[in-house]
Amino acid sequence: MIPGVSIYEIFTVTTLLFFIGVYGFITRKNLISILISIELILNSSVVNFVAINKYLYPDMLEGVVFAIFIIAVAAAETALAVSIIISLYRQISAVEVKDIETMKY
Amino acid sequence: MERILFYVIAIIAIVFALASVISRKMLRSVIYLLFVLCSIAGVYFMMDYNFLAAIQLTVYAGGIVVLIIFSVLLVHHIELELEIAKFPKQLATGLLCLAGLGVFLYTIYMHDFQVIGNQTTTSTHDIGSKLLSYEEGGFILPFEVISILLLAVMVGAIILAKGTLTSNSETKQP
Repeated sequence: MIPGVSIYEIFTVTTLLFFIGVYGFITRKNLISILISIELILNSSVVNFVAINKYLYPDMLEGVVFAIFIIAVAAAETALAVSIIISLYRQISAVEVKDIETMKY
Repeated sequence: MERILFYVIAIIAIVFALASVISRKMLRSVIYLLFVLCSIAGVYFMMDYNFLAAIQLTVYAGGIVVLIIFSVLLVHHIELELEIAKFPKQLATGLLCLAGLGVFLYTIYMHDFQVIGNQTTTSTHDIGSKLLSYEEGGFILPFEVISILLLAVMVGAIILAKGTLTSNSETKQP
C-alpha cells in the first residue's frame, strides 16, 4: 500500500477516470476518439484490480494476474480496432460514426 | 511525501484525461492519453508492483499509443478539427456522468473496506510462477488462452488491414 493514501482516494481517482472515459465515449463522433475513451475505461478498471489486491489481499496475486490479462486483451482489441478502422477508411474514406453504416451486412 | 506525490500524479492523470476527451485535435488527444498512461504507471510504481508498471509502460505507452498514432496519421490530416457533439447533448452526457459518479462515490464511501496494512513486496518471480503453475490456483490455462488469442488477433489484424487490396483487384463481388 502507499503510505498515507487510503483506498478511498485511489477509488475516487479511478472512478473519475472511468466517467471521463464514458463521457468521451458518448460525446465523440470519431472512431479513434472512441477507442481512446475505451482505453481510459479499461485502464481505470485495471487500477481498481491492482489497488484491491494491494490493499485488501496483499498476500494474493490474483489481481495482478488479472491486470496482466486485461492489458493483453486491451492490446488485442486495439490492434483489431485499428486494422478495422484502416480498412474502413480505404473503402469509404471516413472514420466518423455516422458514415459507417456500410458495415451492416 | 508519498501522499503529495500521489496527489500530483492523480491530478496529472485526471487533467490529461479530461484534456484528451475534450481536445479537438486528434493527435494532441492521443498524446494526452500517453500522459495519462504514464501517470498510471507511476501509481503502480508507488504501489510497489514494478513488473506491472513495466508492462504498463511497454504495452500501453509503447505499443498501443504508437498504434493509435499510426492510425491517426494514416487516416487524418493533422490540422483537421474534429466534429464535436452539440452542446445540449454534451450537457446531458455530462450531467449523466456526474450522476453516475455520485452514485459510485456514495457506494464506495459507504462501504467499509477491511484494509490490511502489511508491506509485502511481490517479486516478478512470484508472478511468473503463479502464471505458469498448473497446481490449484495456477493460471496456466488462461495464460495459454491469452497467447492463442494474441496470435489469432495478429493474424486477423493483418488480414483485415491487407485484405481489401486483394479483394479490390479481383472481380467485384457483392
